[in-house]
This record gives sequence, structure tokens and C-alpha cells, in this order.
Amino acid sequence: MINTNNTLLEIRNLSVTYPTRRGEVKAVENLSLTVPAGGRLCLVGESGCGKSTVLHAILRLLRPPGRITNGELLFRGRDLRKLRAKEIQGVRGKEISMIFQDPLTTLNPVFPVGEQIRESLRLHQIIPGLSLPWPLDIIRRKQEKEIVLKAMQEVGIPSPMDRYSIYPHQFSGGMQQRALIALALVCGPALLLADEPTTSLDVTIQAQILDLMLKINQDHNTTIVMVTHDLGVAAEFCDTIAVMYAGRIVEIGPAETIVIHPHHPYTRGLLTCRPHIGEKAQQVKPIEGNVPDLTHLPPGCAFAPRCPLAQTVCEQGPVPLIQVEKNVLTRCLQPVDNRRDPSWTWDQIVRI
Amino acid sequence: MKATKILERVLAALPIMLGVAITVFLFMRLTPGDPVDIMMGRGGAVSEGEIEKLRSEFNLDKPLYTQLGIYLKDAIHGNLGYSYIQKYPVTTLIIERLPATIELAIAALIISLVIAFPIGIASAVWQNSLLDRLSMAGSFLGISMPSFWFGIILILLFGVQLHILPVQGRIDFDAHLSIKTGFYIWDSIITGNHVALISTIKHLILPGITLGAAEAAVIARVIRSSMLEILRSDYIVLARSKGASEWRVILKHALRNALIPTVTIIGLQVGVLLGGNMIVETVFSWPGLGRMVVSAIFARDFPLVQGAVMVYAFTFVMANLIVDILYTYLNPKITF
Repeated sequence: MINTNNTLLEIRNLSVTYPTRRGEVKAVENLSLTVPAGGRLCLVGESGCGKSTVLHAILRLLRPPGRITNGELLFRGRDLRKLRAKEIQGVRGKEISMIFQDPLTTLNPVFPVGEQIRESLRLHQIIPGLSLPWPLDIIRRKQEKEIVLKAMQEVGIPSPMDRYSIYPHQFSGGMQQRALIALALVCGPALLLADEPTTSLDVTIQAQILDLMLKINQDHNTTIVMVTHDLGVAAEFCDTIAVMYAGRIVEIGPAETIVIHPHHPYTRGLLTCRPHIGEKAQQVKPIEGNVPDLTHLPPGCAFAPRCPLAQTVCEQGPVPLIQVEKNVLTRCLQPVDNRRDPSWTWDQIVRI
Repeated sequence: MKATKILERVLAALPIMLGVAITVFLFMRLTPGDPVDIMMGRGGAVSEGEIEKLRSEFNLDKPLYTQLGIYLKDAIHGNLGYSYIQKYPVTTLIIERLPATIELAIAALIISLVIAFPIGIASAVWQNSLLDRLSMAGSFLGISMPSFWFGIILILLFGVQLHILPVQGRIDFDAHLSIKTGFYIWDSIITGNHVALISTIKHLILPGITLGAAEAAVIARVIRSSMLEILRSDYIVLARSKGASEWRVILKHALRNALIPTVTIIGLQVGVLLGGNMIVETVFSWPGLGRMVVSAIFARDFPLVQGAVMVYAFTFVMANLIVDILYTYLNPKITF
């Protein structure tokens, strides 16, 4: 669906499971994605739909006992799954970096922020030189500090000189996230994975961080894959949105199409359950029911038990991704043809 | 931590020391047994006059509060009184015995840290592995095992059966060590007496293991549990995502954080090592403070027991102070 010459990351048939006492949790099931260089892709879905797991799987950072059971993770043509421990360590932080949901718990509390950023430079030998032990590496350290200060400046940390040697708890939440972004970018990675980077921040700070990431995407052509539960954030930030449900992509396509004319009932549900200013609380329509048990997924469409449009055929067998219009794939046998009825709401679905 | 703050903390220890002094003074007098009776023996071959003379010599004929007043007044001047039995100033006796106890405590501490750190880290990294289960079972044994029993077992095995290690005293008689500071390791190094050095180290091994085993068990458990918690935290994922190797993640990012609770425990253990080794010193005939205190208690040697308890209290207060100072370096969130 996207020009493959330009592909930076291609995920083919990725499956991730977490063995538990109740059985295997299929966190991600047969997921395929293509991310073009310079693109901005968002994975959107409820908590527990496997969206963060995809990011962690790319860098092989899954917490044990979670493991990748199937699939290929092709980054610049190399399968990340097949790399040896040393090789994947060389990719992490240098070619692919990651930023996280909660910046305070993500930064190590006992090291100064600047030093944590500098460590990335040292790990990947960005300033070449002899590996002298501390404190003999003074010249190299100074050069590295220069780069760190520049990176801190770029992500909008005011007076980086003063903030280089202070500790994470002395930063505000927004500054912590900026520091993490500086840390992720300091080695100039081609791909940035962002795991709900704005969820724990104030709305005004959220907007600033999104702007910053957009700027980075444009200035450095850094490809960004972001995970969020907020379709609004996704719509604002991304060019492509992939909606996930129960470990599978249920709808993928250009951001504006997904937000304005979604085909999958789940995507529509996500849109209508967002509150808007001026609406009364009861006008917000939550999606009825709960996320299915990932150890015992239904044989058919995983969303069918909650879907007001579901028919018997939906529950009978696996539903493939179906192309419903140019560049849009939907995993639904009853895709809503919303173009005929732009004022669509859940109430109408129920009435149909 | 600023020097003024440290001074403040040291001064804050003074009321604690005063409280300890008063409590020990009163409790010693509440214990049954008259020191003069014990000193004279119970034969009755002493005249009333001699007993009275002794009582007034040690101020034992005065009311309790006067005795306490005299004791405290002298203590401020650094005079902890005279031992009833040994007829030497208590301070002299304590200073004479203290190096032996400190040397043993340091040896035990080193042994316990050398055992505890690798075991604690490895059991956390390979949680639930055979190694983890064995070492945690071993540490459970280490905590529950009474030190007198463990000491005797070691004596039987290495001294009596195998004849490879000495089981009593600090040094062989034929080592000819000229004593300068009382720390035999130090003394033998500065006098270049390597025979004495080897002999001293050999003598330290068994009591050091006996004393260090229980400490190692406690410290290893603390390291394991804090490492387990830390290895699950977000900043460990960050360290991995930067491209750090697994050992760097464990030894730098995780261990550095695990040191915070570990140092607390080590600090408390140092107090225990210096103040709680009466049993081990007795089992190994170690000429330290602990063994002296045991005999002083049996002899109702009030001033000596008081002096020793003051030293113990001081050790605990200082160990806590050092832990607090280390905290400011280990945990940036704490400033004084």
C-alpha cells in the first residue's frame, strides 16, 4: 500500500504471547505494518490492546516471560529478531530509540539527567577515542557534554548548562519528557518509537511535546511510530493511523480518513466516546462491554461481542483485513459506509 | 552533607549518650549481687572496716543520685571511672581491647560483603533458578543458625579435624609482633613482619566467617529483594533501550539504586558487629571488648560495663550518622 523502496520498518506477521497461569495471552496476533522513512504512524487502541507490546517487541524489550512467537521485524532490510544480543544493543538508542509514558519513573533517579543522556553517546562511541576509565576520559567527556547540551537546547530545555547536572526529580514533568526525547535523539536515530509520550502530561504540555516531535520529524526526517489511546492526538500528529483491538489491527489508513470516515464500528466507537466541550456527560457514548479475554479469543471477529452491527457470520471465522477504499484496510464484514451519512452516531447504528 | 550539619548531628548524639549513661547506670545497680561482696569473695575473712573502706573508695556508700552525679561529672572529663576488679581506668581497658574487636568486625564485614553481593545480585538476576533457591535456603540457614553453634562446628572441622586454621586468640605466640596501635594487621604491615601478618589473617578467618555469615545472609536478602524490585522498574527498560549491555544495566543502573536500602542494613550490621560479638569472642577466646564485658558483667564490675555500653551506644549512633551521610551521596532526593 506504500511505496516499498522507501520502507524503513516492515513488520510481518508479528505475534507476541505472554504465558500466564490461565493460558497464553496473545498480546499481538499476526500483525503486519509498513512504515516509510520519514513517516509518522500512530497505533491507537484501548489499554491492553497490544499497542505498547508492538513497540517493545521491535526493540526486543519485552518483559519476560513475554516473547515473540512469530514474524519478522525488518528494519532497513535486516530482521531485528535474528540479531544477536550485541547487535541489537548496537541498534537500540542509535538507530532506533524509544520514549516512554511516564518520564519520572523512566529516568534513573540516581544519575544526573545530562549524564544519562551522555551515556548513550558513550555506549555507541559517537565521539571516537580510547576507552579510558573515568576520570581520565576528561577530553572525550567534554566533547560529549557539548553534544548533550546542544540536544537539550534543541528539545527546548532552557539553560541546559544549569540543568545538565541536576537530577530527574528536580525537573518538571514536561522537562523530564523533553530530556527523554533529547536522550532518544542524541545519537541521531532513524526511527523513534514513542509509547504514549503525552499521556502523563498536562494538556498544554502535551501540545508542546507533540509540536516538538513534529519538528524533529521534519528537521531530521526521523520516522516516528507513536502509541496512543487518544484518537485526537493521533489525528493531530500522524499521517497514518492503525487502530488496534485485541492484538490485531482492525483498521489502518491515512489519518484524516480514519478520523473523519471510519469504516470499522470500533473506530467509530472510539470517536464517539470522546467527550467534546459543550456536551453533557451523558452524551458521551462509551463502547458497551469489555475488551475480550486475550487467553480465549473468539474464533471470529474479536469485537463482535460488543458490536451492535455484528451478525452470525462475524462470529464464525477469522475476519481478514479488507480494502474498503484507496489506502484503507478494515477488518470488518459489515464496514460502515459512512460517506452516505456523515452525521452518524451510535444511536443510529442501534436503530439500523 | 555540609560540615556544620555533620557537627549538628554529632551534637544531637550527646543527649542520646546521656540517656544511655543514666539508663545503664541505674539498671546495673538494679541487678542483684553486690560488687564488694564479689570482690572480697564470700568467705567472710574480711573485716567490716575493710568493706566500708572499699565502699567509700568506690562511692558505693553514697546515695544513688550522688553516685550518678559523680559518674556523669567524671564522664564529661573523659574519665569513666576505675574498674572494680582490674584496678585500671575503664578508658584504658576499653582502648586496649577495642582494636581487637574492630579488627574482627572489619574482617567479618569484608567477608560478609564478599559473600553477600555476588549472591544477592545473582539470585535477583536469575530469580527462581537453582542458584537462587540454594542461596536463599543457605541464607535462611545463615540467619537462623546460632553463632556459638556455627563457631563450634567450624572449630571442630578446621581446627580439630583438619588442623589448618587456628581456633583461638589473635596471633601465634612465636610471631614476635611489636604492638604499636593494637590493630595487628596494621602493626605487622608497618613493622614489615609478614609472619605476624599471615598469622593474624589466619586467626581472623574462622571468627570472621562465624560473625560474617549471619550478616552476609541478611545483606544478601536485602540486595536480592531490592534488585528484584528495581529490575522491574521503568528506568531499567530505558537503560536497555539506550543500548546498554545486560551487565551494565545490572551493575550500574540497577545496583546503584539497590545500594540505598543495602547501605542502611550494612550500617545497622556494623553496629551489631561491633557491639554484639560477645558470643563469638568467647567461643574463639578473642581478646576483645565483648569478652571483657561478659566477665565484667559476671563480676558486677559496674564502671567497666557502663563504659563498654557507652562505647556500644556511641558506635550505633556513629554508624547511623555515617549511613545518613552516605545517603546524601547515594540518593539525590535526600539533602540535609
